[in-house]
Amino acid sequence: MNKKSDFPIFESYPDLVYLDSAATTQKPTHVIDAISNYYSSEYGTVHRGVYELSVASTRRYNAARMAIQSFINAPSSRNVVFTTGTTHSINLVAFGYACHYVKEGDEILITEVEHHANIVPWQQVAQRKGAHLKFVPVTDSGEIDIDVFSSLITKKTKLIAMAHISNVLGSIFPVHEITAIAKENGIPVLIDGAQAIAHEPIDMVTLDPDFYCFSGHKLYGPTGIGVCYISDRMLDKMQPILFGGDMIETVKKEQTTFAPAPLRFEAGTPPIAQVIGLHAAVDFMQSLDFNAVKEKETHLVELVIGELRSIKNVRIIGNAKQRSSAVSFTIDGIHPHDIGSILDSENIAIRVGHHCSQPTMIRYGVPATARVSFGVYNNEDDVHAFLRALQAVLEVFG
Amino acid sequence: MQKNIKKLYQQVLLDHNKNPRNFKLIENPTHVARGVNPLCGDEYQLYLRIEKDIVQEVGFKGEGCAISKSVSSMMTQAIIGQHVHHVIELKDQFITMLTEEISEHDAGHLLGHLTIFESVKDFPIRVKCATLIWRALEAAINQTSTNVSTE
Repeated sequence: MNKKSDFPIFESYPDLVYLDSAATTQKPTHVIDAISNYYSSEYGTVHRGVYELSVASTRRYNAARMAIQSFINAPSSRNVVFTTGTTHSINLVAFGYACHYVKEGDEILITEVEHHANIVPWQQVAQRKGAHLKFVPVTDSGEIDIDVFSSLITKKTKLIAMAHISNVLGSIFPVHEITAIAKENGIPVLIDGAQAIAHEPIDMVTLDPDFYCFSGHKLYGPTGIGVCYISDRMLDKMQPILFGGDMIETVKKEQTTFAPAPLRFEAGTPPIAQVIGLHAAVDFMQSLDFNAVKEKETHLVELVIGELRSIKNVRIIGNAKQRSSAVSFTIDGIHPHDIGSILDSENIAIRVGHHCSQPTMIRYGVPATARVSFGVYNNEDDVHAFLRALQAVLEVFG
Repeated sequence: MQKNIKKLYQQVLLDHNKNPRNFKLIENPTHVARGVNPLCGDEYQLYLRIEKDIVQEVGFKGEGCAISKSVSSMMTQAIIGQHVHHVIELKDQFITMLTEEISEHDAGHLLGHLTIFESVKDFPIRVKCATLIWRALEAAINQTSTNVSTE
């Protein structure tokens, strides 16, 4: 299965070895064309105009929401709120929900290896409300011990927020067990699905979280669009955090009534083309044999980990049994930035740095890591090119 | 490997990275500053003992990439024993070399060996690595702020 031909970036850069899909994915022709065609031949605003272009745009916008509802198996399209991305989605929950329910002395529970987007909003809520942010420890191999997790739940725990898949460690966390335990204790759960959405089957009915957040651009879709799935039981408890046009029912000088969900959370003219691009991305994902994609990614991960382990002085950060397609590593005596620059000179794009997760770096005692991550376009040749270039790095630093 | 990356990671840089000079705390520093590059997590502390406007002693500690570390190492060698005015001039020439359009030929006449870092210009994302310790030096001398961030 060679998907490179679906992605024009590889025509523009034939030598590109793109190993940074955990940061952002390249875009297939199907998505690029959908956005381009929409602007060229169908563009108009949504929810307002009586003219044909606006009516057609509104129809496309609503159809996209239903396609995404189906993709994540949400009970209804009203559970699918469009945002600008995962960060916006988490902030919506932090300030539209948590800020109204978390009181002084309460606790918010997250893991110690979250992305900054799933730390900083909760820190802000905790600071504003006089609440405590507590961290679930992660083992040296990058796993969560369910008993340890359970032991941290108290009567004061008002929200649990955690990644489905760690963007640094690649660990797939036991979100089903965690959601079930949270439910037994009556605590709402937010799952940061940014790293999972393109790599795991996502089913809101089966998982049944209170909130599930993801971005379009990690799903082969455009930037500037994401989703905040909000369960029915939470929709009525949420307050909007953005106010203005499109989210209202009636506006009087004294008072405003709001539109029903999901529009109540989508103030202003939405990113219509991005929504249509996300719809195309979902279509693209559904056109693939998901099991085959997963099998190939697993194979590439095993290949790269096996080879990295055979190199002296390489340390792989995160060795969870359940793992996805991001692999972080360090090499003794060579800073990840230098690895990244030398690989870049060979047209190999990897991520180096703290991956927007400085507490994870502290947890594993490293200032930064190098990370390779895979998408549907990667193949064994990419892994071999990466490993060859890594040998060159080792030679330079001898 | 491409030629310009080889030029960047030349032997002298790698030597300073492996065995950084003046990589130490110093006693009784008169000027101290911290330089941080939040993008990559590079972080250094710079310690100076300046007496009668002369840099009597200098040391740095911290962690970062080969570029930031080797620049720091070579900077300490270049400024030790120098008058503060000369140090400021060196700093200006180094930062100008990496941030302004000037030819290698015109690059700071005071810089000496430090001109090897001219090639960092070919890697714009790494310019901040090379200027980090100089920004800390600037802050230490001015003592306006003891925390410097490249962002």
